[in-house]
Amino acid sequence: MNAIERSIQSAKPLWGVLGLLAVWWLVWKIKVADPVLLPSPQATMFSLWSGMTDGSLWHDFVATVRLTTVSFLLAAVIAIPLGIFLGSSVPLYRSVEFIIDFFRSTPASALFPLFLVLFGTGDLSKILVTAFGAGLVILFNVAYGVMNARQTRLLAAKVMGANKLQTLRDVMFWESLPQTFIGLRNGISLALVIVIVAEMFIGSTEGLGHRLVEAQMLFRMPEMYAAIFAAGALGYGLNWSSVMIEKRIVHWGGK
Amino acid sequence: MALKLAKPEPPMAPPPEDSRGRNPELEERLRWFPPNTHITIRGLDKAFGDTTIYEGFDLNIPRGKITSVFGPNGCGKSTLINMISGLIPYDGGEILFDGKSLSETHISYVFQNYREALFPWMRAIDNIHYPLKLMGVPAAERKRRVDALIESFDVPIDFNAYPYQLSGGQMQTICIMRALVVDPEVLFLDEPFSALDYEMTLLMRDRLQKIFQERGTTMMMVSHNLEDAVWLADHILLLTRKPTRIADMVAFEADRPRTATTVSDPEFVRVQKHCLEIFLKEASVR
Ligand SMILES: Nc1ncnc2c1ncn2[C@@H]1O[C@H](COP(=O)(O)OP(=O)(O)OP(=O)(O)O)[C@@H](O)[C@H]1O
Ligand SMILES: [Mg+2]
Repeated sequence: MNAIERSIQSAKPLWGVLGLLAVWWLVWKIKVADPVLLPSPQATMFSLWSGMTDGSLWHDFVATVRLTTVSFLLAAVIAIPLGIFLGSSVPLYRSVEFIIDFFRSTPASALFPLFLVLFGTGDLSKILVTAFGAGLVILFNVAYGVMNARQTRLLAAKVMGANKLQTLRDVMFWESLPQTFIGLRNGISLALVIVIVAEMFIGSTEGLGHRLVEAQMLFRMPEMYAAIFAAGALGYGLNWSSVMIEKRIVHWGGK
Repeated sequence: MALKLAKPEPPMAPPPEDSRGRNPELEERLRWFPPNTHITIRGLDKAFGDTTIYEGFDLNIPRGKITSVFGPNGCGKSTLINMISGLIPYDGGEILFDGKSLSETHISYVFQNYREALFPWMRAIDNIHYPLKLMGVPAAERKRRVDALIESFDVPIDFNAYPYQLSGGQMQTICIMRALVVDPEVLFLDEPFSALDYEMTLLMRDRLQKIFQERGTTMMMVSHNLEDAVWLADHILLLTRKPTRIADMVAFEADRPRTATTVSDPEFVRVQKHCLEIFLKEASVR
């Protein structure tokens, strides 16, 4: 395989993107859809570019990243130790399983009013409701990871004389890591969803969610499309980074 | 009938005899400490649900010897060494190591499934260090002991690799080294070679014999392969079908080090044949 062939190979994902842009441009060009509702790809890309460089979109982008990250970290810091603790005793986990599953199945958006009443309309409400939703997903995965730890490994630690705490720290924690990362990846995606919805509906002055709603109300379609793409890029980026971090840390995964 | 005994003292000076020349105290001690015995098992009971595996099972495991355990599928070989090594509980009876309980005894265990027994998040070398860390051995002393063990094993393994980067035989070698590094009083092995190819098995059993000759560690090994069982053993414990009893305890006294050609030795052939006959009798459907 020579260099040109290789660069064609690695450019494969781009083909789909180019195809989509071409279809979009064609649809816009022959005016199938109302041009006000569907602006041209150029206009949208320009809006994305200018919004990022003049700072308006960038500012909202950063605000969303900040909220998502803070909420996610809060969720992880609480859910990982708690998940290990609950998962290390199957009867204990069974006794709280219903509560976890119930609130895990409750749409976080249904909790907005409650959190608004409890914590006001500031960022605190958004952070807490997001951490709650993401934390449950992480908690559930960590606990399952611990409960499904390889029996032989636990026995090996036991026969080597590890006490309960050492087994938890040296074996169960590591055994649960692959499943923990599944939880973290789902958790961060969910955190982004909740943050954007919260920015739309919980009195916000910044953030991608707020920007989307504003663009919609003012009928600034290129700006709205730009914000959607920014949100998509953010979600993709977060997912990609967690996969990369997972590969580094859980190097033994699937081997 | 499992009688609960205070831990008896090992026999020292013979206590006074009674009028009829009998000595109940000595008899009781000898019951627990037959000469040259390391592990005494008395009145052991074990059932899984309605299935009785062991009932009133008695066994002496000799000190400083290798005892192979051989018997029909599912007769309870793993169950036996798992109970002795404390991996699973038993329903009744007593197991003592030189009169000590398990918690007062340093034991090690080599699992059949080496892939699931090693910690893949640690390098091979750290896997070997781990039990010493648990024992609180200082780093310098740990390194000295691990280095000495690596030297004596003399196998070409990259000890800085992660377990999943090693071959099956190399992984099982790491497991055996991890078990030996703590210098256990007893080493248990459950089918340690069953996932290895023939060449690796020959190498592994040779290394085990070498360590055994250097240290004289009491070993108890379950094997599905009669050749391995006899080759390594001083005694072969043959078990019956469930409910499990001792079919025979066969001695194999060939000199060590035994070599690849030991298997064609007439004594080896005789012992293996004898074991096979008993096994076939016990394994056949009644
Ligand atoms: N956890 C368990 N629950 C129920 N039954 C069990 C359990 N463990 C073992 N048994 C049963 O007890 C019997 C003895 O099992 P064990 O594993 O000790 O046999 P084994 O001699 O090691 O067999 P193998 O030759 O297959 O290794 C088997 O019939 C098995 O089905
Ligand atoms: Mg078995």
